[in-house]
Amino acid sequence: MSDHSYVRTEMLSEQPAPLGETGVLKWMRENLFSSILNSIITVVSVIGILFVLALLLPWMFQPSWASGSLRQCLDDPNINGACWGVVRDRVNQLMYGFYPREEQWRPTLAFFLMLVAVAPVLFDKLPRKMIWFSAIYPFLGVWLLWGGSIWGPAMVVAGFVIGYFVFKVLHEIAGSLTGMIVAVLVTILWWMYGAGLAASGLNGIVPLGIEAVPSSVFGGFMLSMTIGISGIALSLPIGIMLALGRQSDMFIIKTLSVGYIELIRGVPLITLLFVASVLLNFFLPPGTSFDLILRVIIMVTLFAAAYMAEVIRGGLAALPKGQYEAADALGLDYWKSMRLIIMPQALKISIPGIVGSFIGLFKDTTLVSVIGLLDPVGLIVTIQGSTDWNGIVWELFLFVAMLFWVFCFSMSRYSMYLERKLQTSH
Amino acid sequence: MSQVEQKEVDRSGMQVSDEVAIEIRNMNKWYGDFHVLKDINVTVNRGERIVVCGPSGSGKSTLIRCINRLEQHQKGDIIVDGTELSSDLKNIDKIRSEVGMVFQHFNLFPHLTILENCTLAPIWVRKTPKKEAEEIAMHFLEKVKIPEQALKYPGQLSGGQQQRVAIARSLCMKPRIMLFDEPTSALDPEMIAEVLDTMIELAQEGMTMIVVTHEMGFARKVANRVIFMDQGQIVEQNEPEAFFNNPKSERTQLFLSQILGH
Ligand SMILES: Nc1ncnc2c1ncn2[C@@H]1O[C@H](COP(=O)(O)OP(=O)(O)OP(=O)(O)O)[C@@H](O)[C@H]1O
Ligand SMILES: [Mg+2]
Repeated sequence: MSDHSYVRTEMLSEQPAPLGETGVLKWMRENLFSSILNSIITVVSVIGILFVLALLLPWMFQPSWASGSLRQCLDDPNINGACWGVVRDRVNQLMYGFYPREEQWRPTLAFFLMLVAVAPVLFDKLPRKMIWFSAIYPFLGVWLLWGGSIWGPAMVVAGFVIGYFVFKVLHEIAGSLTGMIVAVLVTILWWMYGAGLAASGLNGIVPLGIEAVPSSVFGGFMLSMTIGISGIALSLPIGIMLALGRQSDMFIIKTLSVGYIELIRGVPLITLLFVASVLLNFFLPPGTSFDLILRVIIMVTLFAAAYMAEVIRGGLAALPKGQYEAADALGLDYWKSMRLIIMPQALKISIPGIVGSFIGLFKDTTLVSVIGLLDPVGLIVTIQGSTDWNGIVWELFLFVAMLFWVFCFSMSRYSMYLERKLQTSH
Repeated sequence: MSQVEQKEVDRSGMQVSDEVAIEIRNMNKWYGDFHVLKDINVTVNRGERIVVCGPSGSGKSTLIRCINRLEQHQKGDIIVDGTELSSDLKNIDKIRSEVGMVFQHFNLFPHLTILENCTLAPIWVRKTPKKEAEEIAMHFLEKVKIPEQALKYPGQLSGGQQQRVAIARSLCMKPRIMLFDEPTSALDPEMIAEVLDTMIELAQEGMTMIVVTHEMGFARKVANRVIFMDQGQIVEQNEPEAFFNNPKSERTQLFLSQILGH
């Protein structure tokens, strides 16, 4: 550079383009009418869209919000299409099912706290300390939804704390493997025998709690969210473990993972839900009953995890062998190289597939209506059976579809944002 | 090649001690039925710089990859720094953290910055505090002359720069032995010199090095022994002077005439 006598040191700012090269007209010429074929396609599409809108819009915009029954809509000469009164009348039910009205602030609060809990996971710019809230949220959320004494969830959390301390003490004396096994055993024993006693004991001394709400009144979009979010949060880690298991050198682990994945992928979700609703109780010791929503969450999770595992396996397969070798050559052990090198890259490659599975899982929650749970689709059937709204169809389905669309579309947009953000090569 | 030959290499720091760094005895390896490495015997003393060459497919990569257990040998012994390579995971991890390796295709971690690439293993394997690991990393990035790139991602660097980062990344673990598998053969000619310069500097400081390369200029200037391999066997090994001027076996002569001929 030194032999140039003059080098411009500042960039010139961009000049506005000449007239006629800017704005809507230019864009249209380039994108909609760039060739004869393109022009034909444009015209035909516009006609098609207008045709659909001409049918749809007049049907949608009807002064029917206030009407109290389908009869009223039909009798009113001003209403000539959609009868939106049903949404006004039943929106509470579609959102909360039969959850008691005076307690409905709890699921609402749980929802917003859920947003706070996932925020630090979704956006890495937020303070890392928020992760602590994400860690306790599952217990807080469950407590808000089902209510009861605060000591129940608190004693479950206490199990983790006890396990941690047992590990910490034994790890020094007896090595990390023994420490781990004993810690897990102690934690499980605590949950099975200690936690219940301790919770009722503590409740006797300091009765702290909110009104318990049984699973049977759960319903509506709140139910879909409960099942969907739990399924999403649980199926990702299980899917990761299954994908790693499938790649493992250890015969038993590999066979179990492959067997599990192939078995679950070969079975429709509906059958698993029936298993959840009927058969699972059959296997449990008599006298114990196992919450139906919990059973459904387990089944949905197990189902989604098998798909997740395959999506992540695709990401693992796409990584060059050199990444594993470089990690090995630096002396990282298996778990560290998976956690620090392999998984971050494999998950990044699989983002579209993972989010696709999430969206699929979320929409599949509507299948629980088949086993009698009152999710929005189940409620539609109930509402259609009522005297006031007998015969109504489109309005309800449109409303429910819109609720689902908002969530699925947000997930899809987030996945695109994440892919752009993680793009590190230029 | 020519750039290397222009520079004088200061051999004063390159002392070979009597201490054995790597000992390979009667080592054999098969891929299925294919006998890749046949009765390999090599002893490397501390401070030695060994260049391994030979035709494609002769087993050079496989040989040096056996030294840090990226490949497993089936027969014979490999003893690195007094630790025998067996299937004992503890030994493998110990050896790997003391043997650095540089690959043909760099194998940097694309999702981490240059600095993070360099601090990862010290932090997670050596348990070095983060701040100290970053200081060490910056020290070695300065040594390979790219401290200003520390916060970029590997994808934003040229091939030569990436390979120098890969060298720095290995050095951050303070290895006692460095293995290089054709470190310059994926690079454009103008970038080869910058990587070789880095390697020469390392040799001048007395690092024990085994380098698979076809850069004969580098071998002449830096190596104290050249090993020629063909079909899984060590055909000939000698000091560079003797190796290049009077190769004993016909296969070596043929190989040298091919590689130096044009
Ligand atoms: N994973 C493997 N499975 C089967 N055969 C292999 C495997 N890896 C290498 N080989 C074979 O072993 C032989 C030696 O390979 P190696 O990579 O060590 O050769 P090389 O001397 O490094 O060659 P190059 O100069 O091309 O890198 C080759 O014939 C190769 O085809
Ligand atoms: Mg090779």
